[in-house]
Amino acid sequence: MASATPRLLSFLFTPLRLTYPIHAIRTSHRSRTLSFLSFNLRRPNGRLRTVSSFASNGTNGMERMGQKDEERYDVIVVGGGHAGCEAALASARLGARTLLLTLNLDRIAWQPCNPAVGGPAKSQLVHEVDALGGEIGKMADRCYLQKRVLNLSKGPAVRALRAQTDKREYAMEMKKVVESNSNLFIREAMVTEVLIGKNDNIQGVRTFFGMDFFAPSVVLTTGTFMSGKIWVGRASMPAGRAGESASLGLTENLQSLGFETDRLKTGTPARVDCRSVDFSGLEPQYGDEEVSWFSFDPECHIEREQMCCYLTRTTSETHKLIRDNLNETPTYGGWVDAKGPRYCPSIEDKIVRFRDKESHQIFLEPEGRTVPELYVQGFSTGLPERLQLALLRTLPGLENCVMLRPAYAVEYDFLPAYQCSRSLMTKKIEGLFFSGQINGTTGYEEAAAQGIISGINAARHSEGKPVIVLERESSYIGTLIDDLVTKDLREPYRMLTSRSEHRLLLRADNADSRLTPLGREIGLIDDRRWDLYQSKQLRIKEEKERLKNVRVSGGEFAAEVATVSGQPVRDHTTLESILKKPHVQYKLLDKHGFGNENLSKCEKDCVEIDIKYAGFIMRQQSHLQQIVNQEHKRLPEDLDYYSMTTLSHESREKLSKVRPQTIGQASRIGGVSPADITALLIWVESNRRKANQRTQQELLRSGATDNHMAASSPTDSVVQATAI
Amino acid sequence: MALALIRLLPWRQPKPHHLFPFSLNPTKTHFLFHLRHCQASTSSPKTLILTQDERSNGSLSAEREAIVGSGTIAAIVTSLGGGPAAVGIVRLSGPTAVAVAGQVFRPVKRVKEEGGCVAWRPKSHFVEYGYVLDNDGNVIDEVLAVPMLAPRSYTREDVVELQCHGNDVCLHRVLRACLEAGATLAEPGEFTLRAFLNGRLDLSQAENIARLISAKSAAAADSALAGIQGGFSSLVKSLRIQCIELLTELEARLDFEDELPPLCFPSLIDKIRVMQHDLQDALDTANYDKLLQSGLQIAIIGRPNVGKSSLLNAWSKSERAIVTEIAGTTRDVVEANVSIHGIPATLLDTAGIRETDDIAEKIGVKRSEAAALAADVIIMAISAVDGWSEEDAKLIEHIVTSQKSANQAMTAPMILVINKDDCKPKDLLISFEEICSGLFKKVVRTCALTGAGISELEKAVLEVRGLEPISSAGRKWTVNQRQFEQLLRTQEAFVRLHTSIEEQLPMDFWTIDLREAALALGQISGDDISEEVLTSIFSKFCIGK
Repeated sequence: MASATPRLLSFLFTPLRLTYPIHAIRTSHRSRTLSFLSFNLRRPNGRLRTVSSFASNGTNGMERMGQKDEERYDVIVVGGGHAGCEAALASARLGARTLLLTLNLDRIAWQPCNPAVGGPAKSQLVHEVDALGGEIGKMADRCYLQKRVLNLSKGPAVRALRAQTDKREYAMEMKKVVESNSNLFIREAMVTEVLIGKNDNIQGVRTFFGMDFFAPSVVLTTGTFMSGKIWVGRASMPAGRAGESASLGLTENLQSLGFETDRLKTGTPARVDCRSVDFSGLEPQYGDEEVSWFSFDPECHIEREQMCCYLTRTTSETHKLIRDNLNETPTYGGWVDAKGPRYCPSIEDKIVRFRDKESHQIFLEPEGRTVPELYVQGFSTGLPERLQLALLRTLPGLENCVMLRPAYAVEYDFLPAYQCSRSLMTKKIEGLFFSGQINGTTGYEEAAAQGIISGINAARHSEGKPVIVLERESSYIGTLIDDLVTKDLREPYRMLTSRSEHRLLLRADNADSRLTPLGREIGLIDDRRWDLYQSKQLRIKEEKERLKNVRVSGGEFAAEVATVSGQPVRDHTTLESILKKPHVQYKLLDKHGFGNENLSKCEKDCVEIDIKYAGFIMRQQSHLQQIVNQEHKRLPEDLDYYSMTTLSHESREKLSKVRPQTIGQASRIGGVSPADITALLIWVESNRRKANQRTQQELLRSGATDNHMAASSPTDSVVQATAI
Repeated sequence: MALALIRLLPWRQPKPHHLFPFSLNPTKTHFLFHLRHCQASTSSPKTLILTQDERSNGSLSAEREAIVGSGTIAAIVTSLGGGPAAVGIVRLSGPTAVAVAGQVFRPVKRVKEEGGCVAWRPKSHFVEYGYVLDNDGNVIDEVLAVPMLAPRSYTREDVVELQCHGNDVCLHRVLRACLEAGATLAEPGEFTLRAFLNGRLDLSQAENIARLISAKSAAAADSALAGIQGGFSSLVKSLRIQCIELLTELEARLDFEDELPPLCFPSLIDKIRVMQHDLQDALDTANYDKLLQSGLQIAIIGRPNVGKSSLLNAWSKSERAIVTEIAGTTRDVVEANVSIHGIPATLLDTAGIRETDDIAEKIGVKRSEAAALAADVIIMAISAVDGWSEEDAKLIEHIVTSQKSANQAMTAPMILVINKDDCKPKDLLISFEEICSGLFKKVVRTCALTGAGISELEKAVLEVRGLEPISSAGRKWTVNQRQFEQLLRTQEAFVRLHTSIEEQLPMDFWTIDLREAALALGQISGDDISEEVLTSIFSKFCIGK
């Protein structure tokens, strides 16, 4: 019985909607038995046959071949950007038969804006995605043009790796990876409709050309394409990106299903030809000599030649030109009112808002090894094209530059993410997931982070497994998603280290020890990676033990420690306490032969951080634990907040809209006060008790004799009992 | 049936430990635990994964166990302010209730038997007699401790009740000792809330409490608002704003490294120093509460025969001290109670301090010095007839050095009283004011015989203690226990911040304690600071790509 349990479990307790007759629109109905069988059969070989082939083999002939072009998958991912690729890969790697639909096969994992990955907080996201078994870190490691560690001296939690990447190589490499997975099918298509079943569950998508694709899980990662419109000056046209058509129709379809949509705006600066730029007077910015890596997989750690970035500044002419032409820009001319990100203001925004600042930094970054394009970072503008070249030429070094692509702004539809739960499944439609810019974020890293979670959950959902939620304090990914679904954001969301309350615990160096075990359990970390991970942790642990036990007295080493730290070194001091002294780094141990040669640089960093900041880390952890105990109390999903008279009116409204899953989430919603939270806790608990009492009484009445039931919490155990 | 059992099991099992992460793949059990947990606890097929840092698990698991649960709370559970009662009770509840009580409570029995160095291990529901001690080991009150260990208690947690003398001062001091030992102040109705959440109370009781609590918190909000009007509140507010401004500066540099000018560290450190000073002010303000309850101790010191006793008599409008022409009449400390603008004060008339061979007078001089050291305000009396003499200078030097050697954190402010003002020689007037201005916060002229200058003296006393005269509407801005607790928390954070800066830890670590300080200060108004920091960053800095 025991061994059969899990199988039986999934068999019996798969939510009914999965075993429901799949109600294909405008096709004949199939019986409950058939779909049940198909569910049952597809697991052993990990593949699901198309309905038509299945029908021809099957006993039920109601499905006639060729009547309707339809294909059946476990998961459909709409969009092939950074969210879509991670989602599709995660899903396919988990064994789900996955279809990736994209508008243009040649633009998979395209970097339409800054050809860079990482930076503060974003690099933590990349490390985390990698620790879970995602792809973005490997890609950035493989295609970098330059790498730098930022914030090196500002503390281990805010240290951040940033890579300039070769955008064409990046897209090609990612395409290769996506193409090489046998569970993953790619198709060019414009999705215009999602197909909904009887129980508000997703059934598939319909494309512009009339194809229906079916799956119990669908991930939408529409990026800037949904009703996208690009602007250069006053001129605009429907497009998702320059040169690519927008995706039309899907917004209206989602609206008709009751989703709220809103509009956001973002922009990208001009590209110039590097051969026309005079770098001689510009400040070069080289990459790090000792290269760091995003991925925890040493197989990706292949060094390559680095390219140089350059720094220039705006001049008074730049500022004058902009001030004279403010009415030519969409924001100040007043013909676009979608909100742009505060963190990527256009140059005109910077100049208007920060009048006193005489000059702004502008970075010139290469876009690839084989293309002459330079990305002009910090210089996005809504000015018309005719003024853009003149504007660029006010910058030192760019006096004679040739512009290859004009800067443009893009407006697009997004769905405020309070409509999703933390699994990124929408609250309205079972099996429909949103990821990336559709949720109002900006950035490849943010997209990838959501992508991997929605991919995992889409696959799990299609299999009838419970979905995964990353708690806020577990990771930046968790923080990101929690912010998205609770805060009702109306401007593009970018990850920042200050968004995390306990960032000291969410460092790049421990992303693997935080998330790789979970990645392993989910099934995205293979044996090789797992062995690597385990031996790494073991080495770190042993090294920490060693440092605790090895003692040193006097000598050159002690003398240098004393000079570096400004603190005396007592005799028989352990290496551990030496490492705790200010300014003493593991390097110093190495220098005097007290280091451990078996450790890699990054392992040494881990040891150093763990030891040096142990006190702070412990304090943060205990602080967090106190918060967590309270915050993880779950809220029932069907609470009627309006009936809770002890809540303020504002919080009743907000809570009804966001429908938080935990007390912690509820407390983070704007307008919900601590007093409201107390009242909420009481209300929930007293209701739980009422329900408990009722079921107890019912149990007594029905003569059930099981004592365990009565002692345990609420109704679901009863449901299970009767099911058994 | 077996299935149901399997699902229910996790409820009954402790969370698996991660002590040996590599030997037996504990994450598997961990994960399964979560899956089962979720299936058993919620009706939807959702699972919650709180991932943890494996690297730190081994060292922390023990630590964590202790913290799990929602902390230990303390409060005075008998009614307050209704005049002194015979007995009042301070209740502690939570996982560390016994440990906290053990820190402040010394059973009499054990002191005798074991020297008082063993952790207190009370037997549940057995009353013990003993003392409550404060941080410095001074006895605060004689109490009965009633331990009620989980689950046989009101909250179903470990509960210790300390039965003190029923006066508010005692109770507050005992409570404060508990808070300093690690308890947090209970929210209104929190004991009942816990009792309810831990299944101690039934539904109808709980519903009553729900009503009660919502009523109470509305009232609490009102009273908190009323309570923090005036100087204290604006001090806290400005401190908080400064914390947030500093955080803004630091955070902006952490998140947007490339785009901002480097930080000016010396000015930053200066700012922090100023804030620390302000915070000390706030804590001093908090001590006002204490002063109100215990009263001010005012020691009158000086050479013999400068009119100290006459001053006491004139001030207290009594003939409490014997006054003669003979130097050294007062041999012992004489007390008299007065009320200074509503604040109770005890005047201590002391023996004139001088070199003497008289044994009784010697002892008197010692007592004078002791009284001066323990006082909240020292009044140094001199005679206008003699002016500022060599002996006066010596005497005050002596007092100052003994104050320093006693290593008091805060030395009592001193006021110079020039007595016998009626017979002063005019020409000496200015010179000694100049001499003494460094030592004395105030100089007041009095004439004990006529009572002239006493009211100025009273004003001076209030001023040097930072006690503004109280308006007729009553005291509006005293600091309550909750605010005091947050101020302490803030101070601790600042002390740590200071260490971080001194040890030259990276900037990110400064933000941790700044955040803590801002949070503690924000607790009074209840704001979420992380949003505020962000908003502030964007309004202040030009950031972007």
